[in-house]
Amino acid sequence: MTALPLYAQLINLCAALLLLLAFAMLTQRRIVSLINLFAAQGVVLVISTVVVAYSTYQSHLYYSALLTLILKVLLLPWIMHRLIRALDVRWDVETLINIPATMLIGIVLVIFAFNLATPISQIAGTVTKATIGIATACILLAFLMMITRRKAVSQVIGFLAMENGLFLAATSATYGMPMVVELGIALDVLVATLLFGVFFFHIRETFESLDIHHLEKLKER
Amino acid sequence: MNVASGIVFQVLQSVLVLLIAPLMLGWVNQCRAWLQNKSGAGVWQPYHVLHKLFHKDAVLAHNASPLFRATPYILFGCMWLAVGIVPVLATSLPFAPAADVVALVGLFALARVFVSLAGMDVGTSFGTLGARREMMIGFLAEPAMLMTLFTASLISQSTSLVTIVDTLAHREFVIYPSMAFAAVAFLMVLLAENARIPIDNPSTHLELTMIHEAMILEYSARHLALIEWAASLKLTAYITIGFAIFMPWGIARAGDWVGLPIALAALMLKLAAAGAGLALLETLSAKMRIFRAPEFLGTAFLLATLGMLTHFLLEI
Repeated sequence: MTALPLYAQLINLCAALLLLLAFAMLTQRRIVSLINLFAAQGVVLVISTVVVAYSTYQSHLYYSALLTLILKVLLLPWIMHRLIRALDVRWDVETLINIPATMLIGIVLVIFAFNLATPISQIAGTVTKATIGIATACILLAFLMMITRRKAVSQVIGFLAMENGLFLAATSATYGMPMVVELGIALDVLVATLLFGVFFFHIRETFESLDIHHLEKLKER
Repeated sequence: MNVASGIVFQVLQSVLVLLIAPLMLGWVNQCRAWLQNKSGAGVWQPYHVLHKLFHKDAVLAHNASPLFRATPYILFGCMWLAVGIVPVLATSLPFAPAADVVALVGLFALARVFVSLAGMDVGTSFGTLGARREMMIGFLAEPAMLMTLFTASLISQSTSLVTIVDTLAHREFVIYPSMAFAAVAFLMVLLAENARIPIDNPSTHLELTMIHEAMILEYSARHLALIEWAASLKLTAYITIGFAIFMPWGIARAGDWVGLPIALAALMLKLAAAGAGLALLETLSAKMRIFRAPEFLGTAFLLATLGMLTHFLLEI
């Protein structure tokens, strides 16, 4: 094995930490811890983006790192914390999720993503090409989280985590998207979270619970 | 390497670890007491307990078989051998070629089998219950442990702990992302195997949730002393395996008298930090229900597997 330069090692480490955090989110039952894990994922993402920006002299990546810091580390977790306090689901614990089975499916998804990404990363010429597989895995794991969860709040966190994975994929495959696209996505995510917040209150008002399985019934009781 | 100085190093390491293992346990307990705003019993307490137990008369059940009597010695022997094999102070010791990481896990399994058999030997319900739980934890923890060790082996292309340490300590510094996964998995296995808090509470007696204590309830005096000493040796062995794999810096080579003080200082520093960390971890977490244990250890196994996958993706 040829030794990689130090910054590439750091990027790889950050990507591995992101995957670790994705798995931690997949198995976390408490909503408060879920939000904290999401914020931690944001921090790792910021560090990795800054390292990529520094090592490849892509100055626009500094701006997107700053955007990530403000949006995903500070603003979104703050909004989510406020929301769950207002909804009074702060200490809620999700029951009825089979964690070992979810983890097994998660591992299968990771293997699938790694295999899928290997040919792509061979084409890519960036220093971060090895992390494409991890980014794909993060996206798929966030998908899985959205599928397996029953509570609306944790589904939204899964959605936001998926955006983290997409961001990592963009950074690692092509050194980030154009600034306009990135700003657009950031705004989208922010607005989506605010709208979801409104929806939470409506769901709870109608069904007296945030369990989205109530939404499957068509008739009103 | 000089054979004589190798043997001197081997003896030095084995005796040193034997003597500081209770201190390690005392340090963890003291840190935990401080963190819980108690004054604590002092770091020398485990030595006082051992001294007290060795001076008592042993009481055996009428129906205890020779196996029951032999188990403390077998257990103590296994653990002492394990700390002799793990490179704690120096690499390439004379004992080291005796066992690689797989055999080391086997050695721990041997000890576990004997303790469980002894737990069932007298026929009390507590002993049987403890033995069954111990085997359940063991069969889940072993694959996770092996996977962790294999991740380290993949990097150094060898299952021998000495080669792993040499590769990681004496080469230029490289960050291995797969080791981040392996480290988390190893920590979880360490907690489970040493009956620490998320799985078992080491400071409880006569509770329905206990695992390790339930098996050794029938032991007294010198037998109990040996078992307690072996438990502290096991904790030290696991922590030093962790050091050998994840932070092997400062370790000396056998026969290297100049490197010895540095190795000793590094070991003490690392042990103190690990003990404080373990105490912090135990204070922050609550004991799990026994039915959550498979989930906990399954997570450890999957993380270790993930570490191997990451190794193939990022580091080849």
